[in-house]
Amino acid sequence: MKRTDPQKVGCRGNAMNYALDFTPVLDGLPDLLAGCLGTLLLALGGMAIAIVIGIGGVVLRDSRYKAIRWAVKSFVELIRNTPFLVQIYFIYFALPLAGLRLDPTPTAILALGINGGAYAIEIIRGGVQSISRGQVEAGLALGLHKGLVFRLIVLKPALRAVFPSLTSQFILLTLTTSVASAISAYELTSVAQRIESESFRSFEVFGVITLLYLGLSWLMMTFFSTISTRYFSYPVK
Amino acid sequence: MTRHVPIRDTATADPMIVMADVEKWYGGFKALSAINLSVRRGERIVLCGPSGSGKSTLIRCINRLEVCQKGEIRVGGTRLDDDGHSIDAVRREVGMVFQHFNLFPHMTVLQNCMLAPMRALKVSRREAEETARRLLDRVRISEQADKYPAQLSGGQQQRVAIARALCMRPSVMLFDEPTSALDPEMVKEVLDTMIGLAEEGMTMICVTHEMGFARQVADRVIFMAEGSIVEEAPPDTFFTQPRHERTRKFLGEILRPY
Repeated sequence: MKRTDPQKVGCRGNAMNYALDFTPVLDGLPDLLAGCLGTLLLALGGMAIAIVIGIGGVVLRDSRYKAIRWAVKSFVELIRNTPFLVQIYFIYFALPLAGLRLDPTPTAILALGINGGAYAIEIIRGGVQSISRGQVEAGLALGLHKGLVFRLIVLKPALRAVFPSLTSQFILLTLTTSVASAISAYELTSVAQRIESESFRSFEVFGVITLLYLGLSWLMMTFFSTISTRYFSYPVK
Repeated sequence: MTRHVPIRDTATADPMIVMADVEKWYGGFKALSAINLSVRRGERIVLCGPSGSGKSTLIRCINRLEVCQKGEIRVGGTRLDDDGHSIDAVRREVGMVFQHFNLFPHMTVLQNCMLAPMRALKVSRREAEETARRLLDRVRISEQADKYPAQLSGGQQQRVAIARALCMRPSVMLFDEPTSALDPEMVKEVLDTMIGLAEEGMTMICVTHEMGFARQVADRVIFMAEGSIVEEAPPDTFFTQPRHERTRKFLGEILRPY
C-alpha cells in the first residue's frame, strides 16, 4: 500500500519527529522475557545436539570405512555451503514428507543442532589434530583400545585447544535462533515481531530485543568461561 | 627399596621376545631388513646406531605401534598378528617409555598411573591407587602425586612415565631414547631409575646413546645401521673390540672427546 499523505510520511518517516513510546514494549515485557527463555531453550538444545554431532562426526570422519568418511565430509560441506534459513525450511517441510511431524520448536532445535554440528565437526577435528601422535601411542602402549584412547586421552585436551572457537561458534548459534522465527518457533524475535505488528513501535521493540540478545550472548559467554575454568584449567607448559 | 640379585644366567629359559626375519617398509623405503633377535627373560639390551637406522622402529614393532610387513614377532609366547587379542596380550606384557614422556596433561601424576590399570586391566580404584603410589614411591616421586605433568621437570616427568608403565606390571620394558629430550642435569635421575629396574631383573630393551649406561647394565649391545643389525656383543667386547668398520666409525663419533 502506497502512502500518499505527506503528513503521515512526516510523522512516521522523519526521525526528528519520531516520538518514542515504550508503552507497548513495557506491556509486552513478560512476553519478551518468556521469548528469551524460548531462545535459551533453542540455543541450549541446539548446542547439545551440535556437540554430540561434532564429537561423533570427528570419530566417524576417521572411520576405517571410506563410505562413512565420505558421508561425514559431504554432510559438513552440504551444511556449511547452504543458508541456514533454507536448511530450517527444508527440515520443517521435508520431515513431514518422511512421516515425521514436529512442532516448530523441536524442528528449530534439530535444525540448529545439525547446523552447529557441522561447524563443530570441523572445529573439534582441528583440536584432535593438534594432539600429538605420542599421546595416542602412549595410550595404545598402555593397552587401551582406540576408542578409549580417544575418549579418555585425546578428547579433553582437544576440546580445550579449540574451546575459544567452539565458544564463538555456539554464541553464533545462540544468535542464529532468531532465524527460527521464520517457522514461527517460540523465541525472542517472533515475540518481538508480534508486538511490533500490533503496536507499530518498530524502533522501540527491536531496540529492546537488541539489548536482550546482547544480554543472552553475555550469559552464554559466562556459561562457557565457567565450563572452561571448571574443566579445562589444568596447567600446561 | 629391596634390590634383588640380578638375574643374568637364564639362557636356558624360553626367550621373552623373538623377532624372526622381520622386515618393514615405509612405502618404498626399507626401514627394517632381516631382523633376527631373541631376548631372554631378564636380559638387558641396549640398541644404538645413527639416527634413521631403525632402532626406534624395531622396538615399536614389538608392541605393534608399527606393523611389520614380513617376519614373525613373538612376545612371551604370544605371536603378534592382526588379531586384536594378540595385540592386547602383548601390550599388557610390554611397557614403553617414550622420548617425549607422553604423560597425559589433563590428568594428575596419580591419575596418569591409575588410568590404564583401571581401564585395561579392570583393577579396582583402590588397588590401582595402591599400586600407583607404591611405584611412584619407587621412582622417588610420590610427593608429586597430585601435581599435573606440566608442573614437573623433564626428569620428573620421565620418572612418572616409567612408573606409569610399571603400573601395568609388564614383564618387558622398552625405552625409546628416554633421556634424549632431557636437560643434562636430569639425565642421571632417569638413568638411575632404569638401573634400579635392571637390578631387579626387568627384561629391558633400551634405545639410547648413553654409553655409560650401556657399559653398566647391558648384557648385550646391538648396533644398527640402515635398518639392519650390524653387530651385537657384550658391552666389554663391543666397546673395546668392535668388529665392523661401521661400528668403529659410530663409536668414534659418539665417544669422541672434545
